[in-house]
Amino acid sequence: MSGRRSAWILATAAFGLVAWAVLSLPTPAPGLTDRAFAALDDSGVTNPVTAVLLNYRSTDTLLELGVLLLAVVSVWGLRPSTGASFGRPPGPLLEGLLRILVPLLVLFGGYLLWIGAFAPGGAFQGGALVGGAIVLAVLGGLSPSRFGDRPALLRAGLAAGLAVFSCIGLSVMIAGGWFLDYPGRSAKVLILIIEAAATVSIGLTLGCLFIGGRPTTDGGPEPES
Amino acid sequence: MAVSLVFDGLLALLILTLAWRAVTDRLQFRAVVSFVALGLVLAVTWFRLSAPDLALAEAAVGSGLTGALLLAALRRWSDRDADSGGSSTRSEP
Repeated sequence: MSGRRSAWILATAAFGLVAWAVLSLPTPAPGLTDRAFAALDDSGVTNPVTAVLLNYRSTDTLLELGVLLLAVVSVWGLRPSTGASFGRPPGPLLEGLLRILVPLLVLFGGYLLWIGAFAPGGAFQGGALVGGAIVLAVLGGLSPSRFGDRPALLRAGLAAGLAVFSCIGLSVMIAGGWFLDYPGRSAKVLILIIEAAATVSIGLTLGCLFIGGRPTTDGGPEPES
Repeated sequence: MAVSLVFDGLLALLILTLAWRAVTDRLQFRAVVSFVALGLVLAVTWFRLSAPDLALAEAAVGSGLTGALLLAALRRWSDRDADSGGSSTRSEP
């Protein structure tokens, strides 16, 4: 049990270090808060968080979408989907509830995407709701192999966020600015287009990650060799 | 502001308890449930720290979708274990 004791000592020491580090932080914290708020009028949105995510630090968000796409590609590379559904829905009540809930979730995801410009919300939150709707639909009996019915469409949807984001970034460069440096008044529209594409991609990505495995095109499992 | 202080203290205690149980519970299903509950409590905490964006993301991704992923993984694992005759939802002692 000496390993356990040393683990305890290590954990307590680490906790003490972190607590000391947090307590010794200066207050108010120095940061870019003032500059972020000062530039808010030019950012095209009034929610400072969305301004940071989609304007000031948009390269980070672009790369995050790349990470999500990579995650799906890796999962799909591991093995094809078994095509089996997640069992029958436990009862007709769940199916009836899902018929109402899934469209509502997608609608609310769109609402979060739109409201993200001026209030808490945005592409990731909206996309998470769309992903949740897919998870619920699959749990309620939707066969995962249905996602393999239109493979080109599915792949386009998965890549849409990264593709639209990069295309807009590059076309802004062609127009004479820096990468992702939205010109003046068009910022709001461009951010909304990027976020809409990102919402679709994030939702599909999270749904596909839950299904796990590459959806097969013929509706059945590929023969494993 | 005594009430909010008590509330925050309870939140902190709850986070520590749920995190501990999520890591140490021998029954993996219960550990996953603790993890999902931990995500929800964290969402409330983010809201208390006036970060509603994070609260939304934590509740939807950290708690909901990760919880669903963990449960699905747990089921696949127990299916595989059932094929080979091993016990399913208990971790190594």
